[in-house]
Amino acid sequence: VKGYPARAGKRKLPEHLLESAEGKERTLVPISYYLALSAVLFGLGVIGFVFKRNIITIFMSIELMLNAVNLAFIAFGRALGQLQGQVFVFFVIVVAAAEAAVGLAIVIVIARNRQSLNVERINLLKL
Amino acid sequence: MTPQLAIFLILAAIAIAGAVNVILQRHPIHSAISLITVMMALAGLFLLLESEFIAAVQIIVYAGAIMVLFVFVIMLLNAGVEERTNMSRMARYAGVPLAIFLLIELAYQIGAATLSMTPQPAGEGVTHGLSMLLFQDFVFPFELTSILILIAILGALVLAQRGEGVPGKGGQEKIT
Repeated sequence: VKGYPARAGKRKLPEHLLESAEGKERTLVPISYYLALSAVLFGLGVIGFVFKRNIITIFMSIELMLNAVNLAFIAFGRALGQLQGQVFVFFVIVVAAAEAAVGLAIVIVIARNRQSLNVERINLLKL
Repeated sequence: MTPQLAIFLILAAIAIAGAVNVILQRHPIHSAISLITVMMALAGLFLLLESEFIAAVQIIVYAGAIMVLFVFVIMLLNAGVEERTNMSRMARYAGVPLAIFLLIELAYQIGAATLSMTPQPAGEGVTHGLSMLLFQDFVFPFELTSILILIAILGALVLAQRGEGVPGKGGQEKIT
């Protein structure tokens, strides 16, 4: 892939804190910050998924988790100097769009049949 | 503190605040607008990671199309305030602290484990390289997604159409 020049072998720890040898490369945000943020957002998505009672908000929590994963994909792709991560994010967004369309149609059907969006009332499969 | 780090911290704070607000809000429309804020902040972070195309797609498709769909359904169903959930004592005093602990631990461990990773310098033409990948190496999955979207459209249409003989509600009552 063009674009990202390979810089294998120059993987020293304090490199991100220093000006790089070329001098024109500015100091960047460490990748680990992005990954920590991604973990926090994913965890918040999980918490929302577990705690919320409204089925639409539960869907939004899933979207939040997908977004956190997208951030991790792009951060890793940047750290490895590859573009495949961005291609993956593209596909994740496409699948999320399809999932939202079908999921929200299911929500409409459930709301029409049960007159409720509370997941505790949607217990047809519960033993 | 470099300008990049300052921008990162601001955007990260916006994203986390928005995500917390998604959970705390009781009305779905407020959660949806908070989620749009999170997506905008993430688009800014993608720009900071020099992936301009994904940042544009994030705003256009995610914040634009998908969240509009969410807001549309909330309006359509006239969704009201979420019912209060009576959390058990176990969940309140053991579950919530454990969840917060897990969150902090996860972020800390992932951040610490990847400390040696440094961003590679992005050359010019990231979007060009991305399009080359997408339409050469990944052209088959790319075409498959069109079938996936077609199936999703059909599924949404079949699911959401009003069945025969079901009387319309026509009411204005709130669904909670």
